Parts: sequence; structure tokens; C-alpha cells
Amino acid sequence: MTPPSLGKDLLGLEKLTAEQIRLVLDTAEPFKEVSERAIKKVPTLRGKTIVNLFFEASTRTRISFEFAQKRLSADTVNISSTGSSVQKGETLVDTARNLEAMRIDMVVMRHPSSGAAKFLAERIRSNVINAGDGQHEHPTQGLLDLLTIRDNFDAIDGLKVCICGDILHSRVARSNIWGLLKLGAEVAVCGPQSLLPRGIEGLGVQVFHRIEQAIEWSDVLNILRLQLERMSAGYIPSLREYYRVFGVTMERLEAAPKDLLILHPGPMNRGVEIDSRVADGPHSVILSQVTNGVAVRMAILYLLAGGEPALAEAAKRTNREGAE
Amino acid sequence: MRVCIARRSISQRHGVSALTDVAAASNFRGDMGSMHTRTLLDSAAIAKALERISREIVELAGGTEHLALVGIQRRGVELAERVAKLISQREGADVPRGAMDITLYRDDLQTVGPRPIVGETRIPFDIDGLCVVIVDDVLYTGRTVRAALDQLADFGRPCRIGLAVLVDRGERELPIQADIIGESVNAPGKRVDVLVSEVDGRDAVELVEASE
Amino acid sequence: MKPLLLKGGHIVDPSQGYDAVGDLLMAEGRIEALSKGLSAPDGADVLDVTGKVVAPGLVDIHVHLREPGREDAETVATGAHAAAAGGFTSICAMPNTDPVTDNQAAVGFIVKQGEAAEAARVYPIGAISIGQRGEHLAEFGELIHAGAVGVSDDGHPVVSSHLMRTALEYSLTFGIPVADHCEDPTLFEGGAMHEGLVSSRLGLKGIPAAAEEIMVARNIMLAELTGGHAHLLHMSTRGSVELIRRAKDRGINVTAEATPHHFTLTDDACEDYDTNAKMNPPLREQDDVAAVREGLKDGTLDAIATDHAPHHYETKERDFDDAPFGIVGLETALGLGLVELVEGGVLTLPELITRMSTAPARVYDLPAGSLARGAQADVVVFDAAARWTVDPQRFRSKSHNTPFAGRELAGKVEYTIVGGRLVF
Repeated sequence: MTPPSLGKDLLGLEKLTAEQIRLVLDTAEPFKEVSERAIKKVPTLRGKTIVNLFFEASTRTRISFEFAQKRLSADTVNISSTGSSVQKGETLVDTARNLEAMRIDMVVMRHPSSGAAKFLAERIRSNVINAGDGQHEHPTQGLLDLLTIRDNFDAIDGLKVCICGDILHSRVARSNIWGLLKLGAEVAVCGPQSLLPRGIEGLGVQVFHRIEQAIEWSDVLNILRLQLERMSAGYIPSLREYYRVFGVTMERLEAAPKDLLILHPGPMNRGVEIDSRVADGPHSVILSQVTNGVAVRMAILYLLAGGEPALAEAAKRTNREGAE
Repeated sequence: MRVCIARRSISQRHGVSALTDVAAASNFRGDMGSMHTRTLLDSAAIAKALERISREIVELAGGTEHLALVGIQRRGVELAERVAKLISQREGADVPRGAMDITLYRDDLQTVGPRPIVGETRIPFDIDGLCVVIVDDVLYTGRTVRAALDQLADFGRPCRIGLAVLVDRGERELPIQADIIGESVNAPGKRVDVLVSEVDGRDAVELVEASE
Repeated sequence: MKPLLLKGGHIVDPSQGYDAVGDLLMAEGRIEALSKGLSAPDGADVLDVTGKVVAPGLVDIHVHLREPGREDAETVATGAHAAAAGGFTSICAMPNTDPVTDNQAAVGFIVKQGEAAEAARVYPIGAISIGQRGEHLAEFGELIHAGAVGVSDDGHPVVSSHLMRTALEYSLTFGIPVADHCEDPTLFEGGAMHEGLVSSRLGLKGIPAAAEEIMVARNIMLAELTGGHAHLLHMSTRGSVELIRRAKDRGINVTAEATPHHFTLTDDACEDYDTNAKMNPPLREQDDVAAVREGLKDGTLDAIATDHAPHHYETKERDFDDAPFGIVGLETALGLGLVELVEGGVLTLPELITRMSTAPARVYDLPAGSLARGAQADVVVFDAAARWTVDPQRFRSKSHNTPFAGRELAGKVEYTIVGGRLVF
């Protein structure tokens, strides 16, 4: 029996098996301890070169990855490009070829286009970690959310988790939906229909149009950030109105039949999708998510890095068969 | 074949049991059935050896006041627990215990295939100024101990680090020697399996060789 | 030019209801005779085409030839040769070139390049508006005089209903169709593929079926209002097909076309972000594919047109959002029609020839689509049973962007004859 492995790249949770997801979560556990040490560094990725390629502004994710890389002793280079002056596609192909020519080992990429991570992964030998591609997936965020939920419950299997807010434009939502479904959770989404993807029920999730119903149903709420530009694009009338109709407030939570665990991938718009008293309240695990983020990313880097390409290839084939 | 066995010395201790590890090593190609096993130490002999080891550890540390034990995952952790219990019964002192998984410090991570599972590392005390005795089941190439020493250095600066092993089977690849040894075994080309009841259901040290 | 006699073929000419084994004689660039047992006149070339289908040359009323502007992707000449290789003898070139084909000089240039290519005949379609900007009508009279056969702003929808109305009214003078790319830009905005479960999963911005159907409905209403001939380009949804069916029932002057990819593929082809499955209108759902097939069967959709859209390989070698829309179609259209529609039990062979030759010729009133005596001797000869595998590297087209690479198709083109002369 081949031990579970992730293969060459981490592109999304949709293509992972439950076993692979559990492998990442289990592997993250020992890495939590490394970050608690006085000397927060292990030599595991010594000599590995990792490029953090960010075509979109990001502070948290990039910093979290950087901490994870440095704590594993990897050498890192950060490349940021807004992609505004150059045509994105040309840059991506050329960047891929240039990176390959510099003999790097791994690329962590964020890109505004869905599918961009897969595009890159198919064109370079280095490992590719998707740090968010368009509105498609943000797998490390999904995994750290899963880890945080698992930390607080005995098991994810059978839990009721509702993802609230702008599902339409959210890669975090998609990664969460796949991960939660694969680990056996019941999943719902809640938001105005104008911010829900067409046919989302087809993925096997429930839909709530009222936040009160979502709160009554759920064990866990994962509250997404409402991108402020959605208002100017006409998806919702105003932030004030959004808070009034969809905001997760203390009053609404207190009316719930049970205590809920509150997650938010950050950064928060306090007083828009989430009330400050909820964010800072006893059921919020928002800061644990941040802590877990580093451990999950260390686990991913550890699981993907190195190894003989032939073995990694064989493992990838097995993965594919396993995923059928 | 022989070289292959030696190279797997570190990973061997990370399997659920030594036997499954052999099954995973495809180089053995199905001659599983013709394995020949001989018991080197039985349960009573292991108990006796641990008793002696526990005395020598206290001797080495000049008492229990500054002594701490750190077992190496997996079976070293169980052995350290037993040694601590023996010391506690005899000396009445509760010796601090820690556990270390050395996977992240391995020197062969780049060449192995799928990533090994990382076990727990837990050292819930400050090691500065202590006499830390590393406890492991088998001393072989010395690479695990090298990794353990590096890892321990990241936790602090003990005044002394010792090494106690149940079995020393020689064939070192690094200049590392144990301070305290339960049993020395000369077994080139063979495998030495340490089984502990907490993990394997019984206590034994066995010599395994492939018969012709 | 020597007379040319095709002997023993299975002749299919929907324009005369001919569907039998026979001989076809061409002379002086015209069809001379069609019957059994013709003997070759003195000095005639004779081709034995026993077992092969002989039909009026195929007519593709919707191609993009990229010249002028993107000659790296296609030229009028390479497009005309790709057409000939695909069995087409007449093609209509859309005006979204750079510069736009919105004046008589530009139309004349396409005509001249087409004649020089000595392959399929190339008929330019002029722009509806200057620069295809949707503001001021182009000079239809001048365009037609220079050789254009119709007008369209294809590539862009005619957003202004007023402009569309005016174009339809003005077109009455010249008896030409006004062809519209039906798309509501506010529903389309930023879209990359069909809006549905697949787009939701892939995180790509969807284009709802309604974006097309709203404009189809509008164009039908304006055709009714004006009496002008509205031609609706590349219909892709069930809603569109049903709107057109009702309009035709009521006698409104509309015609419509559908592409081979819209009667073959669904949005599942976008899986894995294959940029060769990115087209506009996007690949829809199974039910839409079924509706397009029904429309081709009952004549709601008059014509099969390829929307041949060559793109240089590097422009498709991009992330999905950034890649351009469109695929090449000239060299796979007949094969897809035979496999998907004829072998698929949707159309008979004469019906396929109707949709690919006779009916499209009628949309733009082209001298094509018939083997009647005196007609232009534009003929295709193909082996309907022969199987072949699509290898884009062997295309005559300069571009290879197709989602059908590796697919087995039927129908090997043996000869393409334009004006009595072999061009393939």
C-alpha cells in the first residue's frame, strides 16, 4: 500500500481525496509545536528555493506563507506584480519559463484568473502551491479553516457548516465547500442571491437567503469578507443595508438554539458582515485560524517539497486513480 | 540489498511495526515468507536491561536532580517512560520526560519518496542546564542521534547530553557512541527489531534474516 | 479551361431534390449537365468518383480571416485554402479586421485577396457601423457596390436598438441581411463561459443564456417593425431557437445559423480550463445542444456556419480569463456534421447539404448551393464513410485552436471544385 501523498502541486481541494485532506491536517499538528518553540526553525527545507509570486495584493496569505517557509529554513524570494501594466497571460507564460530557468524548487502563486495555478503547474517542473486563483480556489485557506473547525469539535463528519456572504466571487468559499463535503460535513451557503453562484445547489450545498435561518441551522459559521467593490458593481444596494439584512450580530447569535463557532478568513469589515462583538467574542476562532494558517502551510510545504521526481510522479498517478 | 537495509535504518523506526516496514520495502520482493526470526532478548531480559539502564542513567547524571529523559519516536518514547517509572520507583523522583520526532531534521528527506509522517515532539520543560539523556531503541548508523542532537540544540543548552539505547548493533556511519547500552548485537546484513508492548503488543528484541 | 466530368458519384443536390447516382459535367465554369450515363466531351478531364458523394460546394457564411490586422493568425489566402480543404467553395468574411471592413476600399481589398488565393470564393461582409463602434451607420451602398454581400458588426453586438432598427430599414434598399451577434453587454460583462454549474465550480464568470435571448427577441421585434431581414449569428440556446421558431411561424423576416461546436459540445469542455473551449457565445448545456439540433432539423436554424476564428497559438496559451474567444472550424465542420448529425440520426445527408450549402447561400443570396444547369460549377466530392482523426498540425489554416484535436470524424474531402477548377 502506498502511503498517501499530495503529488506535485496543491491546486485546490476539489481534486483531493478525503484521505489526502486528512494527511495535511494530521501533518499540520506537529508543525503547530514548531511555532511555539523559542527557536522557531527546523532545517527541513534547507537549500530549497521558493518563489512567492503574487499577481494580486495580499498581506496575510503572503506573510503566512513566508513565515512557514522561513520556519522550515527555505530560501524565499517575493515577486509582486499587479498585472496592470503588462498583459497577464503573457506575463504568466514568460514568468513560468523564467522561473524554470532559474532552477527554483517551488512556486507559491496568487493570481486574479481562475485556473492560473493549474496553468502554471502544467508548465513547470517545480511544485506549485495555489495561494488563490481568481474566484476558483484558495486551498490553504480551506485547509486551515478545516483544521480550526477540527480543533474545536471531535470530528468534522456530521457538522453543519454555513458559509456566509459573497459566495459568487469567493475562492475561499469553493475550497471550504469541497473540503467540508469530502470530510462529511453538511454545508450551506447564505447570502443575497445576487452573490450566490448559479446552480450552487448542484455541488451538494443548501442555500439560505436569510441569515437568521442560517444561524438557526448551523454549528459553525464561516463569514466571508464582503469585497467593498461589490457594492459599486451593483450586487448589493449598500453596506449599511447588507449589515442590516445579513450582518452576523450578537443579537442574532443569541437567538440561536446553540452556541456557534465563528470563523472569518479576514481581513474583516467590522460592522458590515460581522459585528465587532461577535468577532471579539468567546465563540470567535478568527485568531486561531491565523495561527493554524502557518502550521497548515508548513505542512503543505513539507509534504510537497523534494523527493525524487519519479517517486512523486508515481505518487501522483496513484492519487489520480484514488481520486476516481 | 544490504546497503538498502542500512539506508532505511531511520525510517524503520517510523513504521507502525517493524514487520509492516519490511513489507513496505519493496526490495524484499515477496521473499517475506522465507524470513527467519530469532529472539535475542525476551520480555524478562528486556526488563532486566532496562533496570540496569535506569541505574546507569542516574549514575551518569549524578543523581536525579538535573536529569531529564527525551525519548525518540516511536519506541524510544515508550522506553523512556519505562526508565522514568523505574527511577521513580527506586529513587522516588519524578524525572521530566519529553518526546522527539526527528523527521524534520533528517538528512535524507530529499531522497525519500512520499513524505514520512511527522510524529509529535513534546518537550514541556526548559532543558537549559539539565543533563538530558536521549533514549532510543536501536543505535545503528548514528544518523537518528545526529538529528536528535541538532533538534535538542534548538530547544536550549543542556549542561550534558547522554545517550541510552536498548540495542547497539554497530555499523555506525557517523562518529557517535552511546553512553549506556542494554545489549550489543553484531548482525551485519540482518535486521534488528525492537518490539515494545505499548506499540507492538509484546516485548522482544528479534534478529530477522532472509534465509537462502 | 477543359470540361470536367465526374462519373459515378452519389449526387446530392437539395436545390433540385436530386439524390441518386449519376454523372456531373462542368464546362466554362458552369454546370453543364447532371444525369446518368453522361459521356465525356472531347478533351474533357474525367474523374471517377464512384462511391463518393458529389454535392454543391459547401458555403460558410461566417468566417474570420484576420486580414488585414492579424496575418499571423490567418490571411484571406490561407483561410480560403483551409475552406477548400474543408469542402467549402464560398465563404463570407466578417468585417472585424484591423482596420474594420467598413468602407469600399477595405471591401475591395478582401475581394482582391480572395481572387488571388484561387481557392474558395471569398465574399466580404461589411460593417454595420463605422469602426464597428455602434454609433454611425456605415455606407451600405458603397460596401455592396464594392462586393459586400451583407452587413454585420460581428464580434460586437449592435447594442443600440435604434441603430439596429435603422440598419434594418436602410438595408431594404439593397436587399441584404443585417447580421447581429446577439449579446446583451451588461449581462455578458467579463464573462468567460456559460453560466451554470461548471462555471460555478471553476470560478469563472458566467454568461447567462438570457444575454443572447434578450437580443434575439429584440432583433425579431425590430425585424417585424421594419420588415428588414435580420440574420441571427451563431445561436446557442434553447430559448433562442424557440424565439426564432415562433417568429418564423409568424412570417417575420429572420434567418439564423448555428455552429458545429454548438451542436456538438457542452460547457463540460471548459473543464480543466481548456482555452480551446472558450468561445462566444459560450458552449452551453446538453438541453441547448438538443435544441440547436432540433432547430437545424426543422429549419428554424437555416444554416450551419463555423464562426471560424483563428488565433495565434500564443494568445490561447494563457489563463482562461485572458485567452481570446473562438476556434477554427473550416476543416472540421463537414466531419462534425456527418458524425454528429447524419450518423447521429438528426439529419439526412441531403438535409446536411441543405444546411451547409443551399440554405446558407440563400441567406446572403450567393450564387452557390446548387448543381442546376447553368449554376457556377462549385462542387464538393467527399467520401462520407472514410474516418480520419483531427490533427491540427495538418490544417491548412494558419491557426490550430480547436477543441476537436484527436477526435475521429467522418467524411474525407476528395475534391473541391470552384468554377469548374480543382482547388483541392
